[in-house]
Amino acid sequence: MLFTSVDDVSARLAETGYLASPAVATTVFLADRLGKPLLVEGPAGVGKTELAKAVAEVADARLVRLQCYEGVDESRALYEWNHAKQLLRISAGRDETWDEARTDIFSEEFLLSRPLLTAIRGDEPKVLLIDETDKADVEVEGLLLEVLSDFQVTVPELGTITASRRPFVVLTSNASRELSEALRRRCLFLHIGFPEEELERRIVRLKVPGLDETLAKSVVRVVGALRAMDLRKVPSVAETIDWARTLLALGADHLDETVVRDSLGVLLKHQDDILKAGAKLDLDAV
Amino acid sequence: MSTAERLTSLVGALRAHGVRIGTGETVDAAQAVEALGFADRELLREGLAATLLHSTAQRPVFDPVFDLYFPRGVGGPDTGPPDRDDLRERLAGALAANDESLLARLAAEAVDGFGGYGNSPSSDGWSSYQTLDRLRPQTLLARVRDDVRGRQGMSGFTDRLLEDEIRRRIEAFRALVATEARRRVAERRDRDRIARRAVAPTTDRVDFLFAGKDRLAELRRTVQPLARKLATRLAARRRRAARGSIDLRRTLRGSLSTGGVPMKPVLRRRRPARPELVLLCDVSGSVSGFSDFTMLLVQALHDQFSKVRVFAFVNRIDEVTRLLRHGAADAEGLSARIRAEATLTGWHGSSDYGVALGEFASLYGDALSPRTTVFVLGDARTNMSDPNLPAVREITERARRVYWLNPEARAQWGTGDSAAYEYAESVEMHECRNVRQLSALVGRLLPI
Ligand SMILES: Nc1ncnc2c1ncn2[C@@H]1O[C@H](COP(=O)(O)OP(=O)(O)O)[C@@H](O)[C@H]1O
Ligand SMILES: [Mg+2]
Repeated sequence: MLFTSVDDVSARLAETGYLASPAVATTVFLADRLGKPLLVEGPAGVGKTELAKAVAEVADARLVRLQCYEGVDESRALYEWNHAKQLLRISAGRDETWDEARTDIFSEEFLLSRPLLTAIRGDEPKVLLIDETDKADVEVEGLLLEVLSDFQVTVPELGTITASRRPFVVLTSNASRELSEALRRRCLFLHIGFPEEELERRIVRLKVPGLDETLAKSVVRVVGALRAMDLRKVPSVAETIDWARTLLALGADHLDETVVRDSLGVLLKHQDDILKAGAKLDLDAV
Repeated sequence: MSTAERLTSLVGALRAHGVRIGTGETVDAAQAVEALGFADRELLREGLAATLLHSTAQRPVFDPVFDLYFPRGVGGPDTGPPDRDDLRERLAGALAANDESLLARLAAEAVDGFGGYGNSPSSDGWSSYQTLDRLRPQTLLARVRDDVRGRQGMSGFTDRLLEDEIRRRIEAFRALVATEARRRVAERRDRDRIARRAVAPTTDRVDFLFAGKDRLAELRRTVQPLARKLATRLAARRRRAARGSIDLRRTLRGSLSTGGVPMKPVLRRRRPARPELVLLCDVSGSVSGFSDFTMLLVQALHDQFSKVRVFAFVNRIDEVTRLLRHGAADAEGLSARIRAEATLTGWHGSSDYGVALGEFASLYGDALSPRTTVFVLGDARTNMSDPNLPAVREITERARRVYWLNPEARAQWGTGDSAAYEYAESVEMHECRNVRQLSALVGRLLPI
């Protein structure tokens, strides 16, 4: 058991620089208590990946990360035999029988462990981060489901490897694709959206320490206004932080039309969003 | 109710709303309750959501159901008789400070003081509409804005954000009032029945006026299938109309050759041209969900008519037929875009039906002919200004038919600043609260 209470989660995550909303803290607490994987869904840049890292730090655990992408497969996710090394071994030992060689080359020494296997082997505490799960192909979900159900992996040549200590598992998704119901059912579900004004202000203050309190407040209010607009892509926490850093670097000590107009590109990525937001914020008034 | 019963009922209600919950999740939820305890209701809410739900889309169903089974409090808050001015005063303070927990308490107090109807003191029902109608939080905007400015000064770039921020807070307060009223109703009636009835009805019964962003998106997806269904219905009506009517004069004339005995009935020929349609749409915030949907629906039906022209207004009117044509592909926030691109307001943003209808009659009179059918879409809430009935009569005289579709429940017509009954004297007005009513009306009233 990593945490004693929900407050304990908040406090210890905060020490590592992660400010958790009540929803985040509660769900992390329960994931630990119930020993279930945590599926975190939400737009890009709201701190999904960062959360897993923070939990690892708090738990003094090793972070094992499986970054998903289109085409990621078993040999990247689970394990792979080290063919080159196997060949070397075979050509080095010419005077032994094939049976002897085979037993030898299919042993741990020649196994390349990938994140899913790594996460269940060994006794040290681990956090397994399966990042951007929605980017992987559907077949990979079957594999995840198997591993996350029993926390064991069968390597035909070696036998079954069972976790002696279950990792704390975090899966993240941008919801670009709906994950299968079966996988969802294995997990506790957490949606992280854009934070409340007060929380976002605290995040900005924490990540950009030099920024003046009043300016931080203005920054968050402008971002809030942009999020209420009908834009193609509204700014996330990551962009808020970037913008705050930019303002600090520009030496701005308060917001005005010029500074907002000149730096709006840090917050908005599409030209038509920039135009629209500019009009709504009356930036052309100067 | 014991915790176990409460949890079982909650799960039952969620299932009734299509959330698939297995026994595994129910066991997890029970463990979550045990681990979290009852001390903090919001933690409990998050814990149950984490264990019972599997997707973000389920959350809007979950929250109101949770509020019913795990209410904030029981009964009314312990306050004296309500004093409207005092409550508005405190509400203004809470809005200015953006104090969310105080806003929640005030919402409870407001429903208790102003939401009850029927036999007091233990009311028969609780109405959020009535509460908000008495309290009128939206009218606090200027006052709260000035308060905030008074305290933090109106200097600075962010001052321009203030009004919208306060509007969003007021919206949130209105939602709190709705939740509280639902809870009070649930307390007195069978909770399970309310959960099924009062929470998230199926899409075609969702009130346009209370549909959130997600619900509206869901509605928009039903436009095309609905349009196909209606087109079929219109075609059938057209066939029946063509078949049904006998041209008496021509039948008699034909009968001269058979000694005056009408042997062959002559059917009236179909009107050669298809009818023309004009829409006048209130696209102000309160009713924009309704106008969006109806505009899209009519756009999808446009080949049923020889001509469709669409006009939008808030307090000024402008033609938006073209905007609508290319807006249909990217329909989210259609009326927001229309508001941004057409000239619909002088600088204040609230509806003024009188001015808008007058402007239509004088500037766009050419849109009207004996072949045009006009639909006015809106709640007829004209913010206390003159409804301009002569303009409406002028429109009805020049068009073939004029119908008014009002998204408000009939019971609200004429309350507060609603001029519904005044307009209804010159125009056939129909209640049109949801897609179900709209499609019935459109199928029946659209000219063929
Ligand atoms: N609650 C938070 N506390 C601290 N930092 C945060 C928080 N939320 C977001 N961030 C910051 O925002 C940035 C983006 O976070 P990241 O985890 O990469 O987003 P995601 O994985 O959701 O796309 C990171 O720099 C992170 O530090
Ligand atoms: Mg990430």
